[in-house]
Amino acid sequence: MQRSLMIEPVKCTGCKQCEMACSMTHEGVFNPARSRIRVFEFHAEARFVPYTCTQCAQAWCQQACPVEAISVDAATGAKVVKEARCVGCKVCTIACPFGTVNYVRATGKVAKCDLCGGDPACAKACPTQAITYVDSDWTGLERMRAWAAKATATA
Amino acid sequence: MKAVILGAGPAGVTAAETIRAHNPKARITLVGDEPHPPYGRMAIPYLLSGRIDEAGTHLRADPDHYRNLGITLKTGRALGLDAKARTLALEKGELAYDALLIATGAKPVKPKIKGLNLPGVHHCWTLADARAIAALARKGEPVVLMGAGFIGTIILEALALRGVSLTVVEQADRMVPRMMDAKAGALLKRWCQAQGVKVLTGTSIAGVEKGPKGLAVTLSTGKTIPAALLVVAAGVAPNIGFLKGSGVKAKQGLLVDAHLETSLPGIFAAGDVAQGLDFTTGALAVNAIQPGAVAQGRLAGLNMAGERVADRGQLAMNVLDTLGLVSASFGAWDGVDGGWRSAALDRDNFRYTRLEFLGDRLVGANLVGIGPHVGMVRGLIETGTRLGAWAKTLKRDPNRLPEAYVATLAGRRD
Repeated sequence: MQRSLMIEPVKCTGCKQCEMACSMTHEGVFNPARSRIRVFEFHAEARFVPYTCTQCAQAWCQQACPVEAISVDAATGAKVVKEARCVGCKVCTIACPFGTVNYVRATGKVAKCDLCGGDPACAKACPTQAITYVDSDWTGLERMRAWAAKATATA
Repeated sequence: MKAVILGAGPAGVTAAETIRAHNPKARITLVGDEPHPPYGRMAIPYLLSGRIDEAGTHLRADPDHYRNLGITLKTGRALGLDAKARTLALEKGELAYDALLIATGAKPVKPKIKGLNLPGVHHCWTLADARAIAALARKGEPVVLMGAGFIGTIILEALALRGVSLTVVEQADRMVPRMMDAKAGALLKRWCQAQGVKVLTGTSIAGVEKGPKGLAVTLSTGKTIPAALLVVAAGVAPNIGFLKGSGVKAKQGLLVDAHLETSLPGIFAAGDVAQGLDFTTGALAVNAIQPGAVAQGRLAGLNMAGERVADRGQLAMNVLDTLGLVSASFGAWDGVDGGWRSAALDRDNFRYTRLEFLGDRLVGANLVGIGPHVGMVRGLIETGTRLGAWAKTLKRDPNRLPEAYVATLAGRRD
């Protein structure tokens, strides 16, 4: 059964443990700026929204890549950047309508969420279960409905 | 079903794969006119700067990719087509088709300027061009680049990274004039000059002759500068010459409907050769960008395979890295009638954000020195998301766009 990250902003306290865990896992440093998940802060409403790639079916990033540097991890369904093939052209960064592929100056390549190969560090690090790694079935239509309901509730 | 795809760039390869995914029995032939596995021209600058080898330019990494999919690769150049008989004439033999995709892309334009046929003058378009340029663009050698449009500016970086002494000559009043406004163009120019590249805007090349370094390039100012290499990046034009008399209707490129079909049934076009639906204007345009070519290739493939899927229109967009300064443009970056704009310029830090709106919807953007989440601009434009109160926030500070996106759109995605 494939699994997906489920994000429930109402449970997020803005602690940013997810950003720290992501950057440590992928880059070996505690640097939220290098994290592939980002917590958006809406202080006026005291609302925090963790935000990252949904591994969308359209895979805009993968389609746009001119050198096949983005492929699907068969085990997790994640769209994964192959650093050895990425030339740093950045076409995927403008093609992804979610804005979840970013260029990293330090490496000259792009980076995105790869679900940590099936054991996402952000979900493990989240102390309030705002980020969980659950069966994809649940996160599909149900997630959309849940999102819509929450968006209405907190607006 | 016999599907013939003429042109082995991103549009052609994507179309071939899409047809295969929807029709396991189709006989698919992919015809290219260069003696290499299908590759991406987008990757050539990175080949020139030494980041990748030629294999790194290949559109698909696995050498057996096409064979595994039962796609026959053929090298040849088309001479014309007989739409009634449904045959495509190649230099050697002909190919019969039930559905034909023309994905022949574009070719570089050579302006009518004296001396552009001399040795040492090259376009930067094919792998063969790249090899010729690599042989001449040696460290310290004087190199002149004609044209600072989008393609010219991408080549600019590759040449500069090779350590040549580079002069860029652009006849318009600024760099990337069809992608960026004057403020953005000025930032790019100042940045490039600070990196040691000479940028001459509002200047053209009057003529080229043989000279002590190989070439002597005379400018419209009357000054003559030496060059070991002149790279011509003065625009491209769709490759449609072989279709003369075929009955396929063309203006700037091959006119296609929302199903990527040309004026002749069974003949489709996609990529840089196609003049298809533009998302912003609703008119037919040659957008000639990588993501658009892939999207059109996929749609053409679906329609050739018998799925009726309509194009919503391709959004013009580009991203550029000029020696470390990353910029991007989207859609109606120069604004629309009845619209309004929000712009923030930070000259010292080479940052510029210009957002164009119609009502409370984003319709275009110019961005220099961009931060993360740039793709959100596409998301907001293509979904036509109503920003509501966030439009007022963005009017005060256009750099808060990512927050506006998450607040308004992220809740409804999937």
